[in-house]
Amino acid sequence: MDLASRVLDGDRRAVARLMSKAENEAPGVKKILAELHNHIGNAHIIGITGPPGSGKSTLVDKLTLEYRKQGKTVGIIAVDPTSPFTGGALLGDRIRMNEIALDKEVFIRSMGTRGHLGGLAKKTGDLVKILDAFGKDIILVETVGAGQSEVEIVGTAYSTVIVEVPGLGDDIQAIKAGILEIGDIFVVNKSDLDGADETARELDAMLDMNSNNLDWRPPILQTRAKDGNGISQVADALNDHMVHMKETGILYKLVRARTKDELEEIISENIRSYIDGTHGEEELEELVDRIMDGELDPYNAAEIFLKPFTG
Amino acid sequence: MEKKIRVLIAKPGLDGHDRGAKVVARALRDAGMEVIYMGLHQTPERIVEAAIQEDVDVIGLSLLSGAHMTLFPDVIELLEENDADDIIVLGGGIIPDKDVEGLKEKGVRMVFGPGTPTDEIVEYIEQNVKVAR
Repeated sequence: MDLASRVLDGDRRAVARLMSKAENEAPGVKKILAELHNHIGNAHIIGITGPPGSGKSTLVDKLTLEYRKQGKTVGIIAVDPTSPFTGGALLGDRIRMNEIALDKEVFIRSMGTRGHLGGLAKKTGDLVKILDAFGKDIILVETVGAGQSEVEIVGTAYSTVIVEVPGLGDDIQAIKAGILEIGDIFVVNKSDLDGADETARELDAMLDMNSNNLDWRPPILQTRAKDGNGISQVADALNDHMVHMKETGILYKLVRARTKDELEEIISENIRSYIDGTHGEEELEELVDRIMDGELDPYNAAEIFLKPFTG
Repeated sequence: MEKKIRVLIAKPGLDGHDRGAKVVARALRDAGMEVIYMGLHQTPERIVEAAIQEDVDVIGLSLLSGAHMTLFPDVIELLEENDADDIIVLGGGIIPDKDVEGLKEKGVRMVFGPGTPTDEIVEYIEQNVKVAR
């Protein structure tokens, strides 16, 4: 059986192998992802982001337990940073996911960013697709510990949860642009610490200033993820958000816009590999010679090169 | 993109000494590998399940409690049951010399005792993963 069929058949090893191939951009992987395309679009994709140490992994662990209680299957992608110096990575999010580690309906995968900025790895989207095709109802994507500009998750998830903790900064931090603009749900975790109510109030005040997105007011929830406190409320709010997205047609628009982005990206990747390919390389060299001979300028040379695409 | 070597580092059993495991994890990271660190008190079942999901090339087990003669072979047996015995299993920690041969017979590919230079472990993994591919 080929890899795509094995994934659809529920083979965990095949899922893991295909994920590696996607991450390594192995030859032939696009064809396999194409075969899976008709089987995606059923999962609720949820992003979990926030500063390092805010409790993202613990929240993911407890949310998964909550979803399993509801009978839903869960896929998890946990992204950690890759060292820019050595290319290596220490992926440690699993340490906090012990309670769900043996559940056969839960699939956890760790990813290094491998030089990609923005809070995710370059191929996180492909791994989400694979989990979707694998039949997971809920897909939780945990970003790297995020600062102020790791906002790429908003282009992958349908619902984004921002995890904050008390005492990280004053109310000016809350009105800065960036990560706080992308939340559909705000969680103030470690709510037993001093200042939790104040943090929640500051977030609330910030949301009052938001003029866009009037039809969904992001809820602010307090949790103590370690003990499971407040987790079911987070799951409820996520469900409400998904229902809202579906009913208002926002989800369709969102998926369509992403499909367009994805298509554009695949096209430019293909053009890039055409340029890098043998045929492209030969033609490129020939055009460079003609420019050097004074026969052509680079602008017209580029147009000649792109003729097969522009007609 | 070049394939990266992925290694799972776990401590099966009950002892609470994870310093050695952390030093090795750090050294492998610095050698450009992706290290999935599972930490303390892992069961063979959890280790094998994680190794499958993470599609690792190598599992590094560290143990100082003396239970290596049961826990290490348990991991290997579970890998075989899951058709995942292509994953290389390495052992570390306090393993008496007299047990090393027995562990190798059961499928542990190499045992690195205390004081092994981390370079040696890196080199062993790089060479053997290359051969396995």
